[in-house]
Amino acid sequence: MAKYGQNADAIAALVREAEVHRDVYVDPEIFELEMEHLFPNSWIYVGHASQLGKPGDFITANIGRQPVLASRHTDGSIHVFYNRCPHKGVKIASEPCGNTGKFFRCPYHAWSFKTDGSLLAIPLKKGYEGTGFGDTQANEGLSKVRNVVIYRDFIFARLSDDGVSFEDYFGESLSTIDNMVDRSPEGKLAVQATPIRYMHTCNWKMLVENQTDTCHPMVAHESSAGTAVKVWKREQGSSTETPMAVQLYGPFMSPYEFYEQSGIRIWPNGHGHTGVANSIHSNYSDIEGYLGQMVAAYGEERAHEILGEVRHNTVYFPNIMVKGAVQILRNFIPIAVDKTLVESWVYRLVGAPDKLYERALMYNRFINAPTSIVGHDDLEMYERAQEGLKSNGNHWVNLRRLYESHEEQDVTAVINGTSERQMRNQFHAWAKFMTMDMDKRAEAAE
Amino acid sequence: MIDEKAITDFIYLEAELLDTMQWQAWLDLFHPEGRYWMPLEWQQQDPVLQPSLMYEDLLLLKVRVERLAGERTFSQKPKSRCHHLLQAPRIVACDPAAGVYKARTSYIYTETRGDLLERYSGWASHEFVEVGDALKIKLKRVDLVNFDAPFGNIQLFM
Ligand code: FES
Ligand SMILES: [Fe+2]
Repeated sequence: MAKYGQNADAIAALVREAEVHRDVYVDPEIFELEMEHLFPNSWIYVGHASQLGKPGDFITANIGRQPVLASRHTDGSIHVFYNRCPHKGVKIASEPCGNTGKFFRCPYHAWSFKTDGSLLAIPLKKGYEGTGFGDTQANEGLSKVRNVVIYRDFIFARLSDDGVSFEDYFGESLSTIDNMVDRSPEGKLAVQATPIRYMHTCNWKMLVENQTDTCHPMVAHESSAGTAVKVWKREQGSSTETPMAVQLYGPFMSPYEFYEQSGIRIWPNGHGHTGVANSIHSNYSDIEGYLGQMVAAYGEERAHEILGEVRHNTVYFPNIMVKGAVQILRNFIPIAVDKTLVESWVYRLVGAPDKLYERALMYNRFINAPTSIVGHDDLEMYERAQEGLKSNGNHWVNLRRLYESHEEQDVTAVINGTSERQMRNQFHAWAKFMTMDMDKRAEAAE
Repeated sequence: MIDEKAITDFIYLEAELLDTMQWQAWLDLFHPEGRYWMPLEWQQQDPVLQPSLMYEDLLLLKVRVERLAGERTFSQKPKSRCHHLLQAPRIVACDPAAGVYKARTSYIYTETRGDLLERYSGWASHEFVEVGDALKIKLKRVDLVNFDAPFGNIQLFM
């Protein structure tokens, strides 16, 4: 039963000031519309330039449900294409990454394309003579994603031709990516390994919301982080040094007051982060030699400024989260209304001591892996919500914590760290990017 | 004196302890410096500077075991159970003089919870040390055939 298609008003009505209708999580039609409108209208993370080190390197990704392909051309430029052959639609690349050499060659009928996407050759080309082939879209080669921005090696794309510019879309929120990159003494990050992948049987937005949900760790993670703290207290004996593992788990059990004062910052277009004043990443022990490298690279003052910024989770709307302090990016890839693939990437700080990379990898497997006890705690909550929301007893999800009437939208603000305002901020952006092209399309179809 | 049969018996006993959820007895099979490792890459060499699904010492394994029984461990309500189907272990090394004992065991592992059941295939590689007259696990390495696939929760031990 189609209720929402081309009905911007019905979609907008799902988002109230401080409540959202459960259909945003459970209705397959809403999910289809997200794939058709929200994801194409938004700037989506495709990958990192370090994955495309040399000409011919490529990576594949999905934007919403549409497969794309990014490649490094012979002249060093990076291009993003729709990953489908202009002939009969076969995916040009099916692996997550690789090197294609000088050109892409479709495995079906051997059409070939340069690494900038242009058509190189077609076998038995004379069969197209006088057919009008030159006037078709196929003649142009791989269809290009026109709106691509590479910001400090982070590759973002927007599929819609029209929409909000990259600069306007992200604005000041890019400061989290800046901080992560600046943490390398060389100002450079490198992807050196595949991500940890974890399948979630829940709607993708539950994961995104949870990134700034600071009232759940001490409750939902009592079982994992709480047990880690308890076991360490019992087993530590005379040891004075807290192991890296316990340093990573422990802060999850911080009390409400800690999160309250650490603060949340929101930005326009649905972005925001926890951990403004300090965060669960603030008290990790120093790693030998690192501060010296940073001071040598940036000077005393700037080095301390960079390392003093320990933001917790930054949500880049709609579907990634960045942790600058531990160099992790989580990509919440929507598969179905109740299915989300989470890929958690670690970036290596180029030029920094190995220990930092070791810690980032450890954090990633502790928190973001299918074998992670913290992950088990969270997924259990998402799954229960996905089930519970089928209930007709109440159609609304409550996001009212620290709500003030007539909150301004699309503003930058720093607020109490236990507020649910970032979730409200996301849903305001959700309604905006879902519906911004709807009226226009309705007219075009007439 | 440790012989090949002692190694094989150990591996069967370990599987039985896991299948019968005798977690503490399972932990007791580990040497104090023992590790449980689930790599994330094909023929992975380095557990520290390459990503793994798990690389845990006894302290972390104790946390897991204690968590399984926790009052507020909601991902264990209902509880998970597991089943190990092992191929006969292949003895890689059994050298009492050098104190080197290694085996590799192909397996199918099943983990179930509520109405769900998931199945995994892989190889377990054991490295033992001799303590007194007994073997203790120095390293248990678990390589899944599809280590790079996106799994749902894996809450118990392979
Ligand atoms: S489908 Fe690609 S060449 Fe025919
Ligand atoms: Fe959590």
